[in-house]
Amino acid sequence: MNFDFSDDQKLLADQVKRFLDENCSTAVVRQALEGEARFVPEVWDGLAAMGLTGTAIPEQYGGTGAGYLELCLVAQQVGAHLAPVPFGSTVYLVAEALLRYGTDAQKQMWLPGISNGSVKGAFAVVETMQQVAPDQISTAFSDGVLNGSKLVVSDGNVADLYVVLAQDGLYLAEGGNLKATPVDSVDLTRDTAAIEFNNTASELLTNDPWSALNALYDRAAVLYAFEQLGGAQSALDMAVGYAQERFAFGRAIGSFQAIKHMLADMYTAMKLAENNCYYAAWALANDAPELPLAAATARVGATQAFQLCSRDNVQVHGGMGFTWEFDCHLYYRRSNYLALELGALSEWEARLVDALPLQASA
Amino acid sequence: MDFSDTKEEAEFRAEVRAFIDANAPHYLNEHLQKSGFGNTNTGEYDALEEAKKWQKTKAENGWACLMWPTEYGGRGATPIQNVIWSQEEGIYSRLSGTFIIGQGMCAPTMMAYASEGQKQEYLPKLASGEHVWCQMFSEPHGGSDLAGLRTRAEKDGDEWVINGQKIWTSGAQHSDYGILITRTDPTVAKHKGLTMFFIDMKSEGIEVVPIKQANGNSEFNEVYFDNLRVPDENRLGEVGEGWRVSITTLMNERMAIGGGISTGFPEIYELVQSVQINGKPAVEDANVKSKLADWYVKSSGLKNNASRMITAVSRGEMPGPENSIGKLVAGNMMQDIAKFALDLQGQGGALVDPEVAEGSARFQAMLLRSPAVRIEGGTDQILRNIIGERVLGLPEDMRADKGIPFNEIPTGS
Ligand SMILES: Cc1cc2nc3c(=O)[nH]c(=O)nc-3n(C[C@H](O)[C@H](O)[C@H](O)COP(=O)(O)OP(=O)(O)OC[C@H]3O[C@@H](n4cnc5c(N)ncnc54)[C@H](O)[C@@H]3O)c2cc1C
Repeated sequence: MNFDFSDDQKLLADQVKRFLDENCSTAVVRQALEGEARFVPEVWDGLAAMGLTGTAIPEQYGGTGAGYLELCLVAQQVGAHLAPVPFGSTVYLVAEALLRYGTDAQKQMWLPGISNGSVKGAFAVVETMQQVAPDQISTAFSDGVLNGSKLVVSDGNVADLYVVLAQDGLYLAEGGNLKATPVDSVDLTRDTAAIEFNNTASELLTNDPWSALNALYDRAAVLYAFEQLGGAQSALDMAVGYAQERFAFGRAIGSFQAIKHMLADMYTAMKLAENNCYYAAWALANDAPELPLAAATARVGATQAFQLCSRDNVQVHGGMGFTWEFDCHLYYRRSNYLALELGALSEWEARLVDALPLQASA
Repeated sequence: MDFSDTKEEAEFRAEVRAFIDANAPHYLNEHLQKSGFGNTNTGEYDALEEAKKWQKTKAENGWACLMWPTEYGGRGATPIQNVIWSQEEGIYSRLSGTFIIGQGMCAPTMMAYASEGQKQEYLPKLASGEHVWCQMFSEPHGGSDLAGLRTRAEKDGDEWVINGQKIWTSGAQHSDYGILITRTDPTVAKHKGLTMFFIDMKSEGIEVVPIKQANGNSEFNEVYFDNLRVPDENRLGEVGEGWRVSITTLMNERMAIGGGISTGFPEIYELVQSVQINGKPAVEDANVKSKLADWYVKSSGLKNNASRMITAVSRGEMPGPENSIGKLVAGNMMQDIAKFALDLQGQGGALVDPEVAEGSARFQAMLLRSPAVRIEGGTDQILRNIIGERVLGLPEDMRADKGIPFNEIPTGS
């Protein structure tokens, strides 16, 4: 047994961290918050130039083929920096859908573009204000075209390529053949769209959409959990920093136990999430039979941790925490956005319990 | 990152399994299964005797205290081999409770500070379960504030004369030896005037008085010292260095307790599959699922934490203060689980008769014992202080006793 990332993997994470520290500070994230587009192309281009969008894409399709453990650590940094780019949609969802369900021609056609950053993806699923289920999906495919509409699609305005859930399959549609309309979400640093498919030319990926969706979500859940973990760590760091420098009653507020113990609880939640994420990384990288349980465990724990850390980071900052100017709300927004992407916490709680073997010992 | 056994690890596992199959007290299996939390159930057999017997069998065959050097009764095994052992020992490890304090905390302190001769004399008997040891740290005036302790040790020739009182000493009633922290100089700041010893519990001048606990058991005791005489050679570390010695003990407590801590998850998960809500197994209820998921995240988070700690230890690192999360999470979780388990059983959940209540009344036992988990070995609040100050680097609490000689500190009594 060896339960740690290798030195090479840590080195990669460090390089990504340094790039994002320099190029994706919260001042840059705020360009998405305040600007026209909720997307910062320079960050995307930089990540792609480092080969990171192709971290888990085999070399024959233009990726670096480094692997999933590496991708997990990249995701953690993307999350820690609140990067306003379609990294998850493109890399954890669309690229994975192509890798698992695409024909060789489809892979040849799209994966090199994802690897070099010229293709951005979006994963279009949700149609109603309810949890996703077969009776909530009306988008239909016939005669080579899709018709229907999607209510909320992350990165749907900036994407070049869409993977679309329809009643009888997962389909691949190119941008340009559909209508994407920007919508505001609780996270104003993330591009979000409503999409209409009106006789949109599409290709089949798989005609078993629900098991494909489950399998893709299991994989993506691990990677999003690493983003959430990164976000939780950043929010905690921010709170600890403020608790050390802000004084009240003649002393640093971090010396008050009410604050100190709150921070200890944030740390504990973050640490539990981190431990579960590491295990899930192993399950993902090895396609282990434990993946569904490990992924749901990482996902539930990381959602809880990011929500807790971002919420109490606001509290530690007092009035400052509720200003537009301070970054606390950026984490708070992102944590609540990520908690819903891929399905809500309650859905993942159920997935976790359903994946438990009859005798669970942990 | 790799969770599968290497070839050597697999061979080692097979060896462990063969030993356990051939030698474990299988006749106790059915009773041990029914052990409630804080109770080792050995049915009609005597628990202490059975514990000693199994420990002796292990020691005779080189399976006791695996990570200790062989000359002290161990096996010189790696941390990973030790994990493999505990995975395979499984239910029979429930017999080892009596030895945890001695083997997990006293022994590492002895290894670090006792003379070579003393190590060779005492450690093998501790490993084989022939001797039980206890840890005498807490006092009526020094629990969380351990350094506030008052038990006095005064030098008299080659001996020390000890007077005072310890409290909450687990297992003192069947201990042969124990480590004892005392105050040797009350005129200096409180952390500076302490000195550590190990003592023979059968000596004259020691009185052990059991304390009846809130759950009705008597695991812990008061220990009184009335002119107890201890030879200077039983001193562990320098005079005035007792605080530093105690840190060795407490660091190892983290390893001993933090590793395989129980959380109650397997028990509640079993219960929700059999007990029903509206004619369906409780596990199908959305509210139950939500709670289970939360608990599983915690218990698997701790299990994975232990794996990470073991990976670090096998590289020669010391387990650090970040492992304080273990008991903090498990204690609260166990208390919640017990409460929820009773809730699922309706008013019948109030019954403690092992013939009637599910699983020999294990959840009722858990309900009544779990409050102690949040106190023993550092309270929840102290653990949060440790995480806040030593892990996150937050400023210390304001203290009213800083830098003041011990005998001038306000006491409130
Ligand atoms: C079952 C059991 C077995 C035990 N076994 C042993 C043993 O074998 N050997 C041994 O030496 N001891 C043993 N103990 C003692 C245990 O270590 C102490 O009870 C514990 O450290 C708390 O000390 P105290 O009881 O003096 O409580 P106090 O320190 O008086 O605490 C009372 C309350 O005040 C809080 N508090 C105290 N200081 C602070 C602070 N700085 N910040 C915030 N809150 C604070 C505590 O968290 C607690 O809630 C055992 C205890 C139990 C329950």
